[in-house]
Amino acid sequence: MTVQLERKKAAAAGANGREITLEVKNLKVYYGTPTGNVRAVDDVSFHVYKGEILGLVGESGCGKTTTAMAILRMVQPPGRIVSGQVLLDGIDLVGLNESALRDVRWNTLALIPQGAMNSLNPVMRIHTQIAEAIQTHEGRQPKDKLKKRILDLLTMVGLPSRIYDMYPHELSGGMKQRVCIAMAIALHPSLIIADEPTSALDVVVQRVVGQTLLDVKERMDVSMILIGHDMGLQAQLVDRIAVMYAGHMVEVAPVEAIFSEPLHPYTQLLIESIPSIKERKPLKLTEGITHDLRNPPPGCIFQERCPKVMDVCRRDRPPLRQLKPEHYVACHLYE
Amino acid sequence: MGGLTWSYFLKRLGMWFLTIWLGTTIIFVIPRLAPGDPVAGVISRLIAQSGFVENSAEMIEAWRARFGLDQPWPIQYIRYVGNSLRFDLGYSLANFPSRVEDMVAQALPWTIGLLLVATLLSFVIGNTIGALMAWERTPGWIRNLLPVSLTFTSIPFFMLGILLIYIFAFWLRWLPASGSVGRGLIAGLNWPYISSIIYHAILPATAIVIASMGFWALGMRGMMITTAGEDYMILAQAKGLKPSRIFWLYGVRNSILPQVTALTLSLGGIVGGAVLVEYIFAYPGVGYLLYIGIVTSDYTLIQGIVFMLVFTTATLVLILDLLYPLIDPRITYERG
Repeated sequence: MTVQLERKKAAAAGANGREITLEVKNLKVYYGTPTGNVRAVDDVSFHVYKGEILGLVGESGCGKTTTAMAILRMVQPPGRIVSGQVLLDGIDLVGLNESALRDVRWNTLALIPQGAMNSLNPVMRIHTQIAEAIQTHEGRQPKDKLKKRILDLLTMVGLPSRIYDMYPHELSGGMKQRVCIAMAIALHPSLIIADEPTSALDVVVQRVVGQTLLDVKERMDVSMILIGHDMGLQAQLVDRIAVMYAGHMVEVAPVEAIFSEPLHPYTQLLIESIPSIKERKPLKLTEGITHDLRNPPPGCIFQERCPKVMDVCRRDRPPLRQLKPEHYVACHLYE
Repeated sequence: MGGLTWSYFLKRLGMWFLTIWLGTTIIFVIPRLAPGDPVAGVISRLIAQSGFVENSAEMIEAWRARFGLDQPWPIQYIRYVGNSLRFDLGYSLANFPSRVEDMVAQALPWTIGLLLVATLLSFVIGNTIGALMAWERTPGWIRNLLPVSLTFTSIPFFMLGILLIYIFAFWLRWLPASGSVGRGLIAGLNWPYISSIIYHAILPATAIVIASMGFWALGMRGMMITTAGEDYMILAQAKGLKPSRIFWLYGVRNSILPQVTALTLSLGGIVGGAVLVEYIFAYPGVGYLLYIGIVTSDYTLIQGIVFMLVFTTATLVLILDLLYPLIDPRITYERG
């Protein structure tokens, strides 16, 4: 039974009148452990405009991938979505039942996975894997039409048509990742989540894959969330950056603003730590430790590592507030 | 693109031939390493039975000449290998006018029928149960079968056979306790004959299936858990594929590969492992024949059976090996 979901195209509009594709409101994802809940994502809110790439950055374990998995409704047990809303084209994914969810997956929401090397089924030919994504959602298709469509997709991501019949192990890492991109755009989704799509690749191939992502976005006017910690790649590809720390969103701003005038102390340290070949800088972020995610302290989550910590930071948690147009920050320094 | 090539096929065929030749040679050498002389052994047994045998020395010589044992080893060896290749396995010592190849040919279809079917059944059932045990959507009661399958793996199949005979043949009287087919039926492709075969095979087959199922289930469960952590399982779910498709084409399809390798290895043990089952159920297969051969010191029969076992096992393994690239495209035979 297929539940056809109506896409409410002009569902919501941001303050500046731009169309919003995805809106995440007060999302909480906890992992249950015998000694208490690990608050992997704690009260996170953000949105993605239509046709933009939002970069989601932060150190390992800060909840980037968990956020992405929560949007896909694929948090693995013992993790669970505790509360919050994920509105994609106006539909709340958190409330959907399983079959409605299967319908949304890939139709409106696609994933470019983290481990490109192992993300394709090793015993299935490339064309079968793309075809099954199409046919699961659009029903059986005439063979020649389907083949042409798959070949067009491969061409669009810069792959030769000879890989159509190949198995994943016959492709290089970069080619596999581009197969994943071709697969992700097969059904013209509204949103593509790219989870560190280049992390397993060398710099040359990273560039090719990054360029492919950009081309695809331009051509299809699709929204994207690009998860990663490669600030260089983020600077080249994304429109806005959202910075996460210990399960919280600490700053969201246009990419230029993040690099030129970062406001949150964590973002400032992050930007300062970007290596440069002209000078060797010491890594500043190593001071202090992250608190136990099961038992966050009262007040700001960054207080234990923050160089500008004040008394109020130990008492009250700063909310994410808009300071300038499109520039949000969660810090007591700017009150 | 991988797949089967002629050069690989010929190489593999050479290996098959070599395996059989080596097996044949070992069968030839081992009895000759043992002290004593088979003909002298038979005659001395006759002497022990009747007290005196006339012209025993002449008889020994005559029989040695009759069996070619007076020839030097290399000539005996060449004749032996030549005969084996023509499936001429000689006369049975214990049942003299019967020829070994006839006795084996009569028993082999029963064993292959019973064991191949039972092994494949237990492979299919065991792997399905194992895969379901590791699948998160499986109802809890199946997932809790793990201790049960562990228990069954540790019961040897002859013990299970005795238990089954007691319950179903002796106590409930539903199924026959022994034999392979009812008396007085006309052999051939007619329903009474075939149904009688199935009827008689149920108990021994069940013993083998239940006892070996746990082995497959445990292996498969482990493989499925490993596969469940693979990145392609996450992508399959994100693609919105139906759970049944993810289970079979992603989970089981990838987890079954090492299980097939294990199946190849277990085929070798099939007939040897069934000796006790066939004995308990008095099933007229090769295992039962081998048992009789050992009890009656029928050396030619034992040699003939071992030769046939080497031959069938090597052939089954060859067939599975050639089929392997069909199930795993990553296996290429080009570089050998």
